[in-house]
Amino acid sequence: MSARDIAAPVLLVAVLAVLPFFASGTMLNFLVSALIVALGAQGWNLLAGFGGQLSFGHAAFFGTGAYVTALLQIRFGINAWAGMAAGIALGAVVGWVIGFLSFRARLRGSYFALVTLAFAEVLRILANAADFTGGAAGLLIRLQPGFGNLQFPDRGVFLWLVLGCILFVLLLTASIERSRFGAQLVAVRENEDAARALGVDVLATKLKAISLSAAITAAAGCLYMQNFLYLDANIAYGTWISVEVLIASIIGGLGTVLGPVVGALALHGLGEATKLVSGQITGIDLAIFGAVLILSVAFAPNGVMGLRRLFKGRAG
Amino acid sequence: MMLPLSRRAVLAGTAGLATTLAMPRILRAQPAAVKLGILQPLTGALAQDGELGRIGAEAAAAAINKAGGINGAKLELVVADARSNPEAAAQEVEKLQAEGVAAIVGGFASPICLAASQAAARYDLPYIVDVGVSDAILQRGLTNTFRFAPGFGMVTATALDNLSKLNDAAGKPCKTVVLVHEDGLFGSGLAKLMQTELPKRGFEILETIAHPTPARDMSNVALRIRSLRPDLVIPSSYYGEFVLLARTMRQQRIRPKGIYAVLNGAASNFRFVKEFPDAALNVMDCNHWHDPKNAEALALKKQVEDSGKFWAYNIPLNYSCVKLAADAIARAGGTDRAKVTQALAASEFAGHIMPYGPTKFAQGQNQGARPVNTQVQGEDIKVIFPEEVADAKPVFPVQG
Amino acid sequence: MYSPEIIAEAVVNGLLTGGTYALIALGLTLVYGVLHIVNFAHGALLTCAMFAVLGMHLWLGVDPYWSILPLAAVFFAFGYGLQRFVIGPSSHGEDRNTLLVTLGLSIILENLLLAAFKSDTRTLGADTAFDVIELGPMLLSRPRLIGFAVALVTAGLLWLLLSATDTGRAIRAVAKEKLGAQLSGIDPRHIFAVTFGIGCACLAVAACLLLPTFYVNPRVGNAFVLVAFTIVVLGGMGSITGALVGGLLVGVVESLGGLLLGESLGQLGIFLIFILMLLVRPTGLFGARA
Repeated sequence: MSARDIAAPVLLVAVLAVLPFFASGTMLNFLVSALIVALGAQGWNLLAGFGGQLSFGHAAFFGTGAYVTALLQIRFGINAWAGMAAGIALGAVVGWVIGFLSFRARLRGSYFALVTLAFAEVLRILANAADFTGGAAGLLIRLQPGFGNLQFPDRGVFLWLVLGCILFVLLLTASIERSRFGAQLVAVRENEDAARALGVDVLATKLKAISLSAAITAAAGCLYMQNFLYLDANIAYGTWISVEVLIASIIGGLGTVLGPVVGALALHGLGEATKLVSGQITGIDLAIFGAVLILSVAFAPNGVMGLRRLFKGRAG
Repeated sequence: MMLPLSRRAVLAGTAGLATTLAMPRILRAQPAAVKLGILQPLTGALAQDGELGRIGAEAAAAAINKAGGINGAKLELVVADARSNPEAAAQEVEKLQAEGVAAIVGGFASPICLAASQAAARYDLPYIVDVGVSDAILQRGLTNTFRFAPGFGMVTATALDNLSKLNDAAGKPCKTVVLVHEDGLFGSGLAKLMQTELPKRGFEILETIAHPTPARDMSNVALRIRSLRPDLVIPSSYYGEFVLLARTMRQQRIRPKGIYAVLNGAASNFRFVKEFPDAALNVMDCNHWHDPKNAEALALKKQVEDSGKFWAYNIPLNYSCVKLAADAIARAGGTDRAKVTQALAASEFAGHIMPYGPTKFAQGQNQGARPVNTQVQGEDIKVIFPEEVADAKPVFPVQG
Repeated sequence: MYSPEIIAEAVVNGLLTGGTYALIALGLTLVYGVLHIVNFAHGALLTCAMFAVLGMHLWLGVDPYWSILPLAAVFFAFGYGLQRFVIGPSSHGEDRNTLLVTLGLSIILENLLLAAFKSDTRTLGADTAFDVIELGPMLLSRPRLIGFAVALVTAGLLWLLLSATDTGRAIRAVAKEKLGAQLSGIDPRHIFAVTFGIGCACLAVAACLLLPTFYVNPRVGNAFVLVAFTIVVLGGMGSITGALVGGLLVGVVESLGGLLLGESLGQLGIFLIFILMLLVRPTGLFGARA
């Protein structure tokens, strides 16, 4: 991994990390929300952008991470940091299981996307019905600010934690991009049969990708839980998060290292910007949001990072 | 020759001029507008309820300002869209706080109220929950959070008590029950409670049917009810699903001795009554409602209906919450948050239009709050319980 | 646990509901089979259609059943225009971009409807909505029976269109082999737009049949999207017969699942079938073998 690979991620994170010193509460809250989605999107992007497998059900991993850390803290009194570690681990396991079932059945493209959606829905229905997960009433973590509880009265500190995770994943993604695993991923993405013919273990590669992807998104779920302290089945496993990580990654630039982070900030920024034009008629702001979404796809089909490439005069 | 200006006119004009010259002094004494945040889900899945909440809040602000404002200062509402999800709600709280609101009223859904009140707590910004019934909202030790309306525990306990009273008073015509509930927070919680409590009061639950929201079809729910032939059906659903169920039951000629809804989205909603008088007739509900004997409530109802909208509980509830907030700000003598919070905690506000007992907050919950029982009679929604606020007698059991 | 009569009626209910589901899935399966895109805007388009039916009734006094033909034509044109001038050009031919475009479209449609009609849930006040036909011990809703019949007829007409007309042949050609079809002189952009238009027309028909027994608000279509996708996968993407059979099957499974497990958990039945189908036979019951 060269210095050039590290420079951009570190620079981006550094710029964001300075903000808590003079940002308003509104800005800080915006950043925390957007960056949690960014982390989730980084996970999605690894599987979809690098691995070529678009998932519509990343909520399954997000929600698992959130539920696991919540349950461990509430029902078993386990420390929040350990809870987060467990959430990430279990998220990876769920990823592996879904991956195993889907990839073994040779599901690709839209079929894979739809089966992941179905898995997420199944988890949502089960979580809503089971007493163990709090059922329809959801789970509430007790408000107890303290470093040990992963609850920080100062939001700037929480932002740094999120940024830390994001930086870690940015560097991880950059290193994967340059590694043999990365090459295998790309090979599988471009032409699975050719990759297999070249000796790539397609199934193992895909499983590694989905497990890692799930772990990252599960981490986002844990951080969400620590920030809001409440979840129910619709928040944890609802389609909203699956859709957000998807849009963020594509808007930012599918298959790029910085794409998910840039995309999440752009997406949420757009959401906030459209509120300024809302006026008295409810719904107009969101309609404009949708319109801008379409326009951005029309004019920047390779996302924000793709635009940058355009500026630098490189091909496509 | 006639003078262009009569003497009287000149005098009047001089007096007017003098007043104008004196005006700046009065203007300077005019206090700055008091800002109150209104947080409602105006878009997304809960938009219907959010809009009703906003109507109530805006009506209250207009009434307050017409009566001279808060200690002479104009009340200005800052309306924020919670977009039907907790993350957006928390972000809006940040913006309201940046705008310098004295307090925030609203939320509607429990997850939204939880996130928003927690975000507000960071700034010690008082937050008044309008509807959100989850008991968890007030169990977090947050001193900024208040709820004027009854919580889930109180509503369900009252619903059960009133059902027993109703049944006993009519000579115990109902014994068998079928519960139909939405599978979310209040529906499932209600079902659980009913399952343990109803048998203790002599009722037999034949079946408990959970349904999702949204539900595409309620025919089988109606089918099961038809096959079980219960005396009483207890539905706890949102608007759309109850409409589907009521219509299907009517179509399948299912006429139990009573339909006793709890926190039902349609049973206490005039749109439902106007659009389906036949299916709505005699449906009872235990829900939030205005005080039918309060002149201000009736005036508000008339005003809302004259403007072409349908009346539902969110309107009087938000109206009352905004007035509660205004009263607290007035008593606090300003918008200092600590003082407003204190004023709320000590509030004994009686100028609301809800059928509550005396206002008194304990751990943020208004102890005087209570739901009432309503029933659709004719093409009107009447209050049938408790007697002191009732404006009609219950029709129970329903014949034929 | 349940008497045979109850089970029988539940099955019939399921078939009736399934007919409507099939109609909604017809449009989706065609669009997927030909354009190979997952249309995120399907639910919002259904909502638009339902508002259109409501509008026809409220402002022009037209009964929903009489609205079928005019609205099908209007929505065909609407769908054609959307695909030809909005979705197609914006996507630049990339599947993932089409996802975002249809998603953006669904957001625009839902919120424009919200702005125009407000969030209230409205229903049609027709008395005929309560008519029942007695069949033995069963009480079957007349509007739903009509809906079922029309759904079958529409599926049949669509099948005829695809197999016997030139346009239909062109559609099938583009679905199978776009490049080859292009080389034969078929304009894929036109065919894509026609297909999308047909999909929207089906939604218009479905909306007319649904409105007498259902309600309308800016989000009503979303409830049918996942079910529609399930049916498309179950029946085989691109197969008319598949959508019909799949719709009926899903309707019955949902009905029986709801009876046995409760309506909430019963939804699991649909998704489990969905997953099983994908894992065991992804091309669906009637789909072409890959």
